[in-house]
Amino acid sequence: MIRFILTRLLRAFITILAVITFAFVVLRMSGDPAQVMLGPDAPNDTVLAFRAAWGLDQPLWVQYVAYIKSIFSGDFGVSMRDKASAIQLVIERIPATLQLTIPALLLKLAIGIPAGIYAALHRQSIIDRGVIFGAVLGFTIPSFVMGLLLVLLFSVILGVLPSGGQDTWQHGILPTLTMSIGGIGILARFSRSAMIEVMGQPFIRTASAKGLRWKDVVWSHALPNAAVPIVTIVGFMVGSLIAGAVVVESIFSWPGIGRLLVVSVTNRDLAVVQCILLMVAATMVVSNLVVDLLYGWLDPRLRSQSAH
Amino acid sequence: MAHLLEARDLVRTYQVRRGLLGKPTPVRAVDGVSLTVRPGETLGIVGESGSGKSTLGRMLLGIDAPQGGDVVFEGQAMPEFGTPQWRALRARMQLVYQDPLAALDRRLTIAQQIGEPLDIHKVIPKEHRAARVAELMAAVGLRPDQGGRYPHELSGGQRQRAVIARALASRPKLLVCDEPVSALDVSIQAQVVNMLRDLQDMNNIAMVFISHDLKVVRNIADRVAVMYLGRIVEEASSDVIFKTPLHPYTKALVSSVPVPGKMLEGRVILQGEPPNPANRPSGCAFHPRCSLANDLCRSRVPALLVAGEGRTAACHMVEAPADAVAA
Amino acid sequence: MTSNLVELRDLKVSFDGVQVLHGIDLDVKRGEAIGLVGESGCGKSVTWLAALGLLPGKARISGSVQIDGRELVGQPRSAFEAVRGGRIAMIFQDPSSSLNPVLRIGRQITEALALHRNLKGEAARTEALRLMDMVGIPDARRRFDLFPHEFSGGQCQRLMIAMALAGDPDLLVADEPTTALDATIQAQILDLLIALRRETGMATVFISHDLGAVSQVCERVLVMYAGRVVEQGEIGALFDAPRHPYTRGLFDAIPRLDGERRRLIPIHGTVPDPRRLPEGCAFAPRCSSAIDACRHLRPDLTDMADGRRLACLRPVGEARPAAAPAVLEGAL
Repeated sequence: MIRFILTRLLRAFITILAVITFAFVVLRMSGDPAQVMLGPDAPNDTVLAFRAAWGLDQPLWVQYVAYIKSIFSGDFGVSMRDKASAIQLVIERIPATLQLTIPALLLKLAIGIPAGIYAALHRQSIIDRGVIFGAVLGFTIPSFVMGLLLVLLFSVILGVLPSGGQDTWQHGILPTLTMSIGGIGILARFSRSAMIEVMGQPFIRTASAKGLRWKDVVWSHALPNAAVPIVTIVGFMVGSLIAGAVVVESIFSWPGIGRLLVVSVTNRDLAVVQCILLMVAATMVVSNLVVDLLYGWLDPRLRSQSAH
Repeated sequence: MAHLLEARDLVRTYQVRRGLLGKPTPVRAVDGVSLTVRPGETLGIVGESGSGKSTLGRMLLGIDAPQGGDVVFEGQAMPEFGTPQWRALRARMQLVYQDPLAALDRRLTIAQQIGEPLDIHKVIPKEHRAARVAELMAAVGLRPDQGGRYPHELSGGQRQRAVIARALASRPKLLVCDEPVSALDVSIQAQVVNMLRDLQDMNNIAMVFISHDLKVVRNIADRVAVMYLGRIVEEASSDVIFKTPLHPYTKALVSSVPVPGKMLEGRVILQGEPPNPANRPSGCAFHPRCSLANDLCRSRVPALLVAGEGRTAACHMVEAPADAVAA
Repeated sequence: MTSNLVELRDLKVSFDGVQVLHGIDLDVKRGEAIGLVGESGCGKSVTWLAALGLLPGKARISGSVQIDGRELVGQPRSAFEAVRGGRIAMIFQDPSSSLNPVLRIGRQITEALALHRNLKGEAARTEALRLMDMVGIPDARRRFDLFPHEFSGGQCQRLMIAMALAGDPDLLVADEPTTALDATIQAQILDLLIALRRETGMATVFISHDLGAVSQVCERVLVMYAGRVVEQGEIGALFDAPRHPYTRGLFDAIPRLDGERRRLIPIHGTVPDPRRLPEGCAFAPRCSSAIDACRHLRPDLTDMADGRRLACLRPVGEARPAAAPAVLEGAL
């Protein structure tokens, strides 16, 4: 078990390192922060001074080594724009993002999984067809289209909900809905197919042949088996709690991480962008790790591979 | 007579870890097996799951490399798996295994799949391809219209025929069949076994026929080797070995075969589980299930010795025949 | 007549409008051992899955299934649930995948004990251990909390049997219980089934494509072909003198371990697709003694003088004038 966790941690570490390296290189090759920050008309010596101040005049690998060193000492850099600690800026925005993504995740779980399971248990029924149709609709419509549609309906036509901002709890409703609809569709479809697969397994027939009531067959025999594939998707969704709101926050002018990322990329605010990407990678990696551990707990066969 | 295939002292081990924390320990799946196959001859290999018979089959074809010993095919050492020389040799030796649905590509028609080896091994010019496929299909008893079908549209027996036709396409000299009829109904088993024998007689193909079903092996094999935990424990001609088995394990196998019309009650049934290679008993591996076992059996591995004319056995309790000792 | 435990009458099953079972009549008396034999796809398993309501929802079932005189067909799901496990238990071909992979073995057995015998906690555990002992699981106490993948195929089938025994059933339906197992383990499982029947007095229905295996455990055998019973009788009589060419074919196809090594005698062709059943006797296209009449008339299952039932126009071993077939064929 310790060995297992250690190898996974090592792999997680490498993944994160790859992400920040990639971000570091791409950001520096895609535009000059000095030009962007200071504007196209800035005098040449101002630009040079800016570059020197931020170390941008150093060779790339020197900058990279310095960056990695500072990360390991817990220093995530300073925003070129606000001159504030980058990590501080990012952390300040996290609650706003979570205010959207956590309710959205709960909605996805609360609607997607039961809908999928119900549909699987009542195949070919009207509800099943409805779930499939809704699910396909849900995850094929891009969230910016879905967001605009919802704004059109609830803000423009009905006028019952605000279309942007973060002032009251009502402001959160439309972004949360926009964000959850696609996930509900994905989860419903996944849960449905996972459940259908499990219900066709011989051990389900055994459970029925034992005399268990239908309800107990589903609850104590089918669901624990269907949980394994569903957990994969849920793990992915948990992993994107921080990163998953870029588009929606932009549509609804919600001051979360996503908006900060968009603004910082536009400004080439290197430290902030890198900090966000690092955090996104870290949450993804951690949730993956948790999912892997959950697998072992859910499916004993994965716990003791090749015991025979 | 020259051997088509000769295996000497083959050993294959793999690593097994118990649990996530456990230390990997080597497990001997095949533990010093020697055998020969003459051209056109059928060698049956019998054993329970865990006896290493499938691993042995893969080693004979060079798919699994032996960690010890060597395989000689047509007088030449087996080339390494995946090399061009090995690929070229594969045309001369083919594998047929239990699950034909897994062996076939579900997206290709039967005729396409049977023709595939013809292209790979460039056996015949393109223009003769269709004729050869039709010939192969006829040889295994598939109707011409079934060539256009996909694997899932055929029955289990028909699929196995298709797999065999594909194996025969490159005119092999050796066929290794791993439980080729075990998944089929008794009535269909007989069809496939008869077909294999006819094809073999017509084309002088040698066969290694691996199965846990003694009845089938007896009717197709000329010679039979019984395997237990990675070793051959008895070998003899199939007429002899089932009529007068010497090794207690062979005896137990023979008595476990149901005889139609006879109740099971009163027969001796071998107790205990099929052996686990990861947990090999000391001495003779069979001793925990053997009613004759004594201290010698528990401490010393019996060697495979001559036990009569044309037969060998590995058991401390089997007396070497007087004439064999004299000779 | 009231001594029949199970009575199937004219049981018919169809899937999506395709009929796969064409009216099965079958009685199971208390304590008797019956074999159901035939190739895959002949309706052996479907018969019992239908009787227990275990077929998928799209299956249409008609006819009558009576347990102790109580009708099940047309009854709600709860009526079937009351029979399953407690009155009739069933075990299946592939024991390893028939046990729930994520639940501990002990729990899977105690679940059935709670359901049928109202045993909970320590009492259930004790009884489950006793059952595991009874079916021959060594070291049951230590292995109580293991998962199915930690047992061999033969042991999984023993555990399935222990689970079936937990409901103290009157009938155990064993659907190809040994087909996936090694020869020596097959013999052990058959031996176990015989011993359990002797000890508990429960009736056994043994479903198999192998007449050899069936004849080891059963007294009476029904031979099924293409969704119908074609011959039924005592195993001894059937073996000594099979009357239906299909029964004969099934016996002949079994390779022998004794006597001369000879060419095997297969049954030519394959089981017909239920969507395209031949007119007349379904076996006629594969039957070497079929005459024209066989291709047009479907023989009914008829009581014979020796106590067996047979559905064949041209039974094996029928004394008849040598010229008769030619005359008949000419006439049709």
